[in-house]
Amino acid sequence: MPKRIDFMRSVLLGFLGLALFLGLWHGLSASGMVSPLFLPSPVEVLERFSTLLERRFAGATLPAHLAASFERFAYGFILAAAIGIPLGLLMGWFQILDEIVSPIFDGLRFIAPIAWVPFAALWFGTGIGGPIMIIFAGAFPPCVINAYRGAKFVDPRLIEAARMLGTPNHRVITEILLPASVPSIISGLRVSAGLGWQSLVGAELIVASTGVGYLMVMGQANVSTTTVMSGMIAIGLVGLALDTALRFAERMIQRRRGLEV
Amino acid sequence: MGVIRFDNVGRVFGAKSNPFVALKEIDLEVGDKEFVAIVGPSGCGKTTCLRLVAGFDFPSSGKVLVDEQPIRRPRPERAVVFQQFALFPWKTVHDNIELGLRNQSVAKAEREERINRILELMNLTAYAKHFPHQLSGGMQQRVAIARAYVLDPDVLLMDEPFGALDAQTRVVMQEELVRLARRNPRTVLFITHAVEEAVYLADRVAIMTRAPGRIKEVLDIRSIREAEDWDSYEKIEDVMDLESFVHLRTHIWRSLREEKAAATA
Ligand SMILES: Nc1ncnc2c1ncn2[C@@H]1O[C@H](COP(=O)(O)OP(=O)(O)OP(=O)(O)O)[C@@H](O)[C@H]1O
Ligand SMILES: [Mg+2]
Repeated sequence: MPKRIDFMRSVLLGFLGLALFLGLWHGLSASGMVSPLFLPSPVEVLERFSTLLERRFAGATLPAHLAASFERFAYGFILAAAIGIPLGLLMGWFQILDEIVSPIFDGLRFIAPIAWVPFAALWFGTGIGGPIMIIFAGAFPPCVINAYRGAKFVDPRLIEAARMLGTPNHRVITEILLPASVPSIISGLRVSAGLGWQSLVGAELIVASTGVGYLMVMGQANVSTTTVMSGMIAIGLVGLALDTALRFAERMIQRRRGLEV
Repeated sequence: MGVIRFDNVGRVFGAKSNPFVALKEIDLEVGDKEFVAIVGPSGCGKTTCLRLVAGFDFPSSGKVLVDEQPIRRPRPERAVVFQQFALFPWKTVHDNIELGLRNQSVAKAEREERINRILELMNLTAYAKHFPHQLSGGMQQRVAIARAYVLDPDVLLMDEPFGALDAQTRVVMQEELVRLARRNPRTVLFITHAVEEAVYLADRVAIMTRAPGRIKEVLDIRSIREAEDWDSYEKIEDVMDLESFVHLRTHIWRSLREEKAAATA
């Protein structure tokens, strides 16, 4: 079972890397060369992290802040996928739509999501609307681009085959373009989730009154570097979980298509 | 019905300033339920001819007619078997074959019945739930043929359908196609590089010149096949040994050789 051994090996190496990192960190803070305020030790951070799991800080416990963040993220991400994927596919199919949308889109997508903060706050407020817009700004472009690429590079013979089989024009999109683009769309969603989640925290640093980003700002205001780091860890863990979930979805789809993974 | 007629057809590709004449003055008629093979040097425009009948492409001059009607777009009545199969990789064998029937809104029960019948005919019953990439090249090509045949098309367009197969599989497929064509005759336009294949399968063989492609010569195979009773032989190699077969083959070879020589001269 070489596959299993490979898996064990990569898990072990992953843990080795983590252990080295923590060891280095711990060594540095224990050596007394840097003040604990400047770089708290991993043990302190872990303690703070577990305290925050139960005790409120900045109005809520860490899980409650995470839940608030995740809710915003989910809305923004789902909105981005629900609009971005169909738009990308349609742009790949209808030349005219491509020509109309592409110039605006190519300009807008170079504006960092965080740059939308002032307008997001102005237009949609700092409650849930503003942050959703910023997440959307981060998550939308990869959805569009990958669906577009997927649709554009479908083997033209498959489209001809579908037409010869009498598939009406609009159904070619659902029967051929969408399934043919699935691998590209999923990798787009992974990029999209990453960017959306990153933008969210950025947005919360500025415009929210709950969420992990907000928790971190308040930590900073209280000169609690351990709180800030706990927030960072939570962000990283959720991001990792998101990516793992999407990779799992990708594997499920490939398995449904009879591909060994 | 399914009469194909090329009426003085030309096809020019490229910019007006730098045109490339792919087809010139093509005249050819394929009768109802007739099997016509086109052979010709690479790049002479065989695929272009087939795409015009399929409705994937349109002539620059002249007309391509099916039952005296100009062709406007691809239709399931003119089913295509592609050289590289062009099966949908995310659909099972069953679902690949089903798409055309669903498009025609055939009821579920009838769909299943027709799919099962064609699967059986093509020896694919055990593979209905497989995905294309899980099949050998020969099986994939049988699925592609089944996908076209299940629609009961008037016209079957086949572009080097066996070109990607190894020699043994190819022979088996040729014999199977002959069986299918005898049982269920259709108008067939069949493109191939292989001279033996053309002579073995076709009622008539059209030989094309190198680009700009024209029809150089059309040979009547059917009258010879019937006179010499080729169909009484079960195996393709027995037919290929017959003097009448060898004679036709050599004739086509010479004709093609002339084109190649002219191309290099
Ligand atoms: N869409 C196109 N644009 C420009 N040139 C084309 C196009 N389609 C075909 N041609 C040219 O027309 C000529 C005939 O092509 P075609 O594919 O019909 O040849 P063929 O006889 O099928 O060749 P082969 O036996 O190699 O498949 C070739 O020189 C090809 O480059
Ligand atoms: Mg060709």
